[in-house]
Amino acid sequence: MENKIAAHVRDIPRSGIRDFFEIVQSMHDVISLGIGEPDFVTPWHIREAALFSLEKGRTGYTSNLGLPKLRESIANYVARKFHVQYHAPSEVLVSVGVSEAIDIALRALLNPGDEVLYHEPCYVSYNPSVTLAHGKAVSVPVHEKDNFQLRADELAKRITPKSKILLLNFPTNPTGATMPREALEPIAELCVKHDLIVLSDEIYAELTYDGAEHVSIATLPGMRERTVFLHGLSKGWAMTGFRIGYACAPAPLIEAMMKIHQYAILCAPTMTQDAAIEALDHGDAAVEHMREKYELRRNYIVSALNDMGLPCPTPRGAFYVFADIRPTGLTSREFSLRLLEEQKVAVVPGTAFGADGEGFVRCSYATSLEQIKIAMERMAKFVAALRK
Amino acid sequence: METLLRLLQQDANVSREDLARQLNLSVEEVNTRIADLEKDGVIRGYQAIVDRERFDKNTVTAFIEVRITPERGGGFDRIAERIAKFDQVVSCYLISGGYDLLVVVQGTSLREVASFVSEKLSTIESVISTATLFRLKTYKENGTLFSSETPEDRLSVSP
Repeated sequence: MENKIAAHVRDIPRSGIRDFFEIVQSMHDVISLGIGEPDFVTPWHIREAALFSLEKGRTGYTSNLGLPKLRESIANYVARKFHVQYHAPSEVLVSVGVSEAIDIALRALLNPGDEVLYHEPCYVSYNPSVTLAHGKAVSVPVHEKDNFQLRADELAKRITPKSKILLLNFPTNPTGATMPREALEPIAELCVKHDLIVLSDEIYAELTYDGAEHVSIATLPGMRERTVFLHGLSKGWAMTGFRIGYACAPAPLIEAMMKIHQYAILCAPTMTQDAAIEALDHGDAAVEHMREKYELRRNYIVSALNDMGLPCPTPRGAFYVFADIRPTGLTSREFSLRLLEEQKVAVVPGTAFGADGEGFVRCSYATSLEQIKIAMERMAKFVAALRK
Repeated sequence: METLLRLLQQDANVSREDLARQLNLSVEEVNTRIADLEKDGVIRGYQAIVDRERFDKNTVTAFIEVRITPERGGGFDRIAERIAKFDQVVSCYLISGGYDLLVVVQGTSLREVASFVSEKLSTIESVISTATLFRLKTYKENGTLFSSETPEDRLSVSP
């Protein structure tokens, strides 16, 4: 049967995360800092809204673009929080998580061979999603010395006549990097100059720390008309299992994405769309409560990592620390495997997020402080033993 | 300061080292801040949250709505403080609505609570009437849910 699989699918390598997941699954008593989703259960008032939706018998399809009321809530939220105005009936599409929105945006935009630039290390799906849409993924490295921010000169070097899309994700999984306005501006200028479309995955926008303000690239001059603003409820509202994401973009692009969405997905689940309305309209306090918890855990984990001799710049977004393990002399994979075997702590090798992640491991602090404490104690023992 | 208080309210047992790490402060700074909060009377004490049914099935908690005649000059305070001083009284609040005081009483038996109400509370001169409501089950106490809802089946590694 193998020979029947489409070549571009067959050639996609196995996910480094899946690989590691299977090893962890086979072991007992592992403390995992390898989890890329909130440990909080969805705030009760949001779950209650989903129950109410079921109670009322709202079990049918919705409009392909999503419930009109939800699109209204999305447009209001995006205007209120990110200061970009979208016309709810024609410029907003509700998707099954941001992942689907990225997929249909790429498929709506790419002709075979078009190039998509993205910064690496990055979320695992970007590169394969481009390949699946018959595009060519072109990675732009980001570096620790720049706090893992995307640099305009690194980007400029890789722009060709075939470049069509720039895929951004700030705050970033796995590095926790954020892009302040002054860092985004030269990137935006390049996009205007080279007529690039930007797919901006801002799923971690609510989770920024030390008072860092999240700036959407869509707010910069000349960018709204070339940006697909992508966001969802998974991270900020702890709603991963609800599978609600959304795309905001100029109407012709939303229309094109809708063509794919309507045939592949039809619509996002109705009861979770109802819950999303509650989350966006009344969820600010719950989000802030969780954000503060993440910030306190981040402080704890960064201080503990520094104490054990694995220095890391303090990340200002998402819920990950990309710890520099080069002082140990091990590769990311060796470090992660030995830490797992010797101390039963799971972290994800940086290389799972692209070759440029070598020398780093991703530690997620989307887990309770009690677990983080034990994990840090064990990790300190591991690192100390390596030094002997 | 607010965050420190919130952390202590969630878990007063947390070590000063852990507080310091979370708040990006030194242990000395945390100690000073807590000492100030105690000195200023913002922090009134530290207690365990106890699920009483787990160790004593007969334990009784009653919520007593009390109507009283306010006094000239003192208002409700003197009587309220007099009631609050009884050991049986766990909490005592001045409230709005049809009653004046909400008094939470704890005892080891129904009889004990009943005699406290009839002999001590009702006999106070300014008390006009009482209504006693017995607790049947506790679902949440001081922000702590008594049923856990942490799902056990989280993926151990995910992107």
